[in-house]
Amino acid sequence: MTVPVVSVEGVSKRFGAVQALRDVSVAFNAGEITALIGENGAGKSTLMRVLEGEHRPDAGRVLVDGQPVQLSSPRAAHGSGIRVIHQEPEIIPELTVAENIFIGDIKARGGLFLDRADLERRSLELLGTFGVIDVLSPGQRCHGLSPALRQLIEIMRALRPGARLLAFDEPTSSLTEDEAQRLFRVIRRLKADGVAVIYISHRLREIIELADRCVVMRDGSRVADEPIAALDEQRMVRLMVGRPVSDLFNRRERVLGAVRLALEGVSTRRVEGISFEVRAGEIVGLGGLVGAGRTEVARAIVGLDPLLSGRMTAGGRPYGPREPADAVAEGIGLVPEDRKQEALLLMQAVRDNVSLVVPDKVSRYGFFSRRRERALVARHVAELRVKTPSIEQAVGKLSGGNQQKVVFARWQARGPAVLILDEPTRGIDVGAKAEIYRLIESLADQGLAILLISSEMPELLGLADRVLVMQNGCISGELPWQEASEEAVLALAMRSGKETIERRVS
Amino acid sequence: MTDTATAGRERAPASLFGRIGAQNISLLIALAVLVAIFGALRPDVFFTPRNLINIGLAVTILGILAMAQTVVIVSGGLDISVGSIVGLSTMVLAVAAQETGSIPAGILAGLLAGLVAGVVNGLIIVYGPVNAVIATLGTMSAFRGLAYLMNNGNSIPITGDSLRTLGIGTLFGLPFAIWLLIAAMAAFIVFTRETVVGRNIYALGGNPTVARLAGIPIRRYQISIYAMSGFAAAVAGLVLASRTMSGQPASGSQGLELEAITAAILGGCALQGGKGTIVGAMLGVLIIGVLNNGMILTSVPTFYQLLAKGALLILAVIVQERQRARSGE
Repeated sequence: MTVPVVSVEGVSKRFGAVQALRDVSVAFNAGEITALIGENGAGKSTLMRVLEGEHRPDAGRVLVDGQPVQLSSPRAAHGSGIRVIHQEPEIIPELTVAENIFIGDIKARGGLFLDRADLERRSLELLGTFGVIDVLSPGQRCHGLSPALRQLIEIMRALRPGARLLAFDEPTSSLTEDEAQRLFRVIRRLKADGVAVIYISHRLREIIELADRCVVMRDGSRVADEPIAALDEQRMVRLMVGRPVSDLFNRRERVLGAVRLALEGVSTRRVEGISFEVRAGEIVGLGGLVGAGRTEVARAIVGLDPLLSGRMTAGGRPYGPREPADAVAEGIGLVPEDRKQEALLLMQAVRDNVSLVVPDKVSRYGFFSRRRERALVARHVAELRVKTPSIEQAVGKLSGGNQQKVVFARWQARGPAVLILDEPTRGIDVGAKAEIYRLIESLADQGLAILLISSEMPELLGLADRVLVMQNGCISGELPWQEASEEAVLALAMRSGKETIERRVS
Repeated sequence: MTDTATAGRERAPASLFGRIGAQNISLLIALAVLVAIFGALRPDVFFTPRNLINIGLAVTILGILAMAQTVVIVSGGLDISVGSIVGLSTMVLAVAAQETGSIPAGILAGLLAGLVAGVVNGLIIVYGPVNAVIATLGTMSAFRGLAYLMNNGNSIPITGDSLRTLGIGTLFGLPFAIWLLIAAMAAFIVFTRETVVGRNIYALGGNPTVARLAGIPIRRYQISIYAMSGFAAAVAGLVLASRTMSGQPASGSQGLELEAITAAILGGCALQGGKGTIVGAMLGVLIIGVLNNGMILTSVPTFYQLLAKGALLILAVIVQERQRARSGE
């Protein structure tokens, strides 16, 4: 038995309330392609960051050639031959292909001047090895290159002397079929050269085609490590999900009212042909993988992204927002994905953050009525049981769960007809999550129309009356809650792209 | 700490120190130090009522500009064209007064010119879109050029008693200009602290995405803010014209943008936006006013004065950044 190039043993990592990695042990062997799969948030990225030297594990160790190493910095990891190729290639557009490949390792003549001849010779060698010498030339500027070629440059950069383990983080997400095939040829060549390869992807068919072995992660743990021959798509999905829907939810039939929000064939630069409606008292779930276009649907509804075609109605009337202000005026509220960057003024008081969307209710002739403002804010803050020493407390000092409640209190104060929730429990601990779920249910019971975007399956399945699943900017299917299972949603989210692509073309 | 907030009874800290704020305390100390130094160097002149009124007059123009600049910086922008707008508005005032023979018509034209210049800044910044520093750097030159063009680079004398009265008249022993400054200060304080629009400007500067998603029409806000800044510059121009009884394309208004920005930053404005107060900016204005006056009284050559003012701006930013780093924002 040969010693693995790189292995992790009993690695754990915790971020605040979230256990991102739990006693994970995996070995990566030379000349083997190991696929790494799991739901969003299962711990794949954290594991990569540990290997890259970005995160230090709380427990466990990393071994290179059987020897324990301290990957205390990205530089140390690089020195050990570990290279990660990220989804978004980091290419400097104004530099040439050769300069981008060898950045940080460019030889200088007389310690000062670029040695262009040496640079060109070395890059020609690499371009030849990858069989792309007719597509890329060393002196060409990278400005305007396709995503596939940019990625190839990133790979060549990673392959500079000493690469032992190469990890690809969802490399094909922006590639065409042909480009993906070229990438696979490159990866197979790497394998033949004895490099250990980690391949992260949501595209199960690709994994079956390419990988030798598959490691499945769920909730920070490694739940399976099997040869690819022993797996099929269905079994992979079952391994990734595998978790009972927790009893955090009160499932009951809701009384639905009139249509509050309807989209008909809405397309923006990021989504295509989106049609659905949300009724008063209904929670419509929007599922799919990260990047499938869910947030972009929300952006279109609140007027952040202009519509290229299609139309919307709100409360039965035509609705064409040009600015989020139009959405607010129409009674459509958004609880955005990134609380700290998009929802809250962290340095300002709870009071300011809540009253931000209700100027009309807390002022007269444009001047604040502090008494009315304080009363209104205090009422909503108390109703939602926000834990804060005072409404004058800076919002940034509250816990994640309480910050999110402040965002909800803001919209409660406005009293909207439609509420769009984008990942409403991200970064919130379990206790606060349950409270947010109660709140969402009670809002629906009060007759709000709710669009719930979530990557957390139990949340989506437990709250939504029906689930729309997105893939590649399109809605790939709809499931009533009785039929919505994690397997069913994932199957629609990952369905090997053909159908949706055909629909986009037609 | 863990109690649910049930009422809005809680107030901000009530101590005197808490009310004034650490930033303003240090500004007061700096001001006291400057007064003590120049008072000790020229005890015969510095404390005379005449000199104190001189300082007051000198800071009127700067004060109006600094308060407007504070609002611009709080919103996350910067307006470095204000000095040029001051010059341009005095020229428009002079020409309009000359053509129509009416001082009120001239004043109206001057104020309108400032407003239009500000709207132009706002439109360029919002619809260019052009970074505010670059946009107003460009219009700083353009507006100055326009002011020179109006009379081939020369100043234009203005005759008219009503304007002269505005320049030298007094009320309860204080010049009109100082009353104007006090009124402007009251208006700005109420605007920034007690109005919805004022609070929304802090939100806009603090995080434009949050402001936009909360339904604040940020483009309209930005254009209005630069329009306000241009109008304030024209008011400052009116004060300048009433004192010199002339339209001056450059003299008396060159370098005002530097002093206004310095005062605003001394007063606690963060260039990142979302933070800053009118009271702080006015303390900054007083510091600059006393410094200017003291340097003249102690016969510091003009060139050194420029050096000192430049150094003061950079020093103010360094202090700001240090504080920001320390508070971990």
